Amino acid sequence: MIWFVSLLVFVMLASAIAVLLLPNMLAAVVASSVVSLALAVLFALLKAPDVAMTEAAIGAGLSSLLLALALRRLGLWRLDDDDVN
Amino acid sequence: MNMTGVEGIVLLGAIGLIMIGLAGLFMSNNVFRMVLALVILESGANLFLILAGFHGLGIAPIFLSNHAISDAGHMMNDPIPQALVLTAIVIGVGVQALALALILKIKAHYNTLDMSEIRQQMEYDLAKNNDVTLPASAQSPDSLVRSKVICQAEQTQPDHIQAKADVQQIGGSVNG
Repeated sequence: MIWFVSLLVFVMLASAIAVLLLPNMLAAVVASSVVSLALAVLFALLKAPDVAMTEAAIGAGLSSLLLALALRRLGLWRLDDDDVN
Repeated sequence: MNMTGVEGIVLLGAIGLIMIGLAGLFMSNNVFRMVLALVILESGANLFLILAGFHGLGIAPIFLSNHAISDAGHMMNDPIPQALVLTAIVIGVGVQALALALILKIKAHYNTLDMSEIRQQMEYDLAKNNDVTLPASAQSPDSLVRSKVICQAEQTQPDHIQAKADVQQIGGSVNG
């Protein structure tokens, strides 16, 4: 149990740092989605299953969809790293 | 609060998420990355609130039947932070959609996502539209005050800005 929670928190913090450091915006959006998924599992372990369902559906699904559609409109939807801005 | 191992680790994760979000908000120069950092900050605050209502022996409030309330052995977690977090997640997505709409407008108007360039061009636009000179200290040389972006904007943009101001005036008179 405690090792599983430690692994989850480590994955969550690592992908949160990756959101700030990745040069590619699409990869940053995917990393923020990983943060939301790990957070949903933590909510389920903290005895809040309704919040976990909402976080997984809205935080990881709808939010990533919004960010990805905004990326496509901004012209940042690309898989290579050059010339981010 | 009695800190067992799991709660301490989750508390560390919540504080880490809040710190990473604040660092991203203060240190990044791209407005889209600032929105991502804001999302991380919200997630950290939500995890902190859920952790505040948690104790190790409790069960989930939605799984508690009427029979179990009278049983002293069963305690439920505090349901109020869970309801608040449930609302805060949805409101967070709304805030995020508003911020993304503002970013789309910024991109359409200034054609950049860099925070310092946006600020310089916005100050130039305000000064141009209100017929004032940009604030500058008396000792500073001109080349430092009027930086590269503003000089480029001055070379290329006055006709464009004037045309936009005319269009806004016409639109205002039509609307008025």
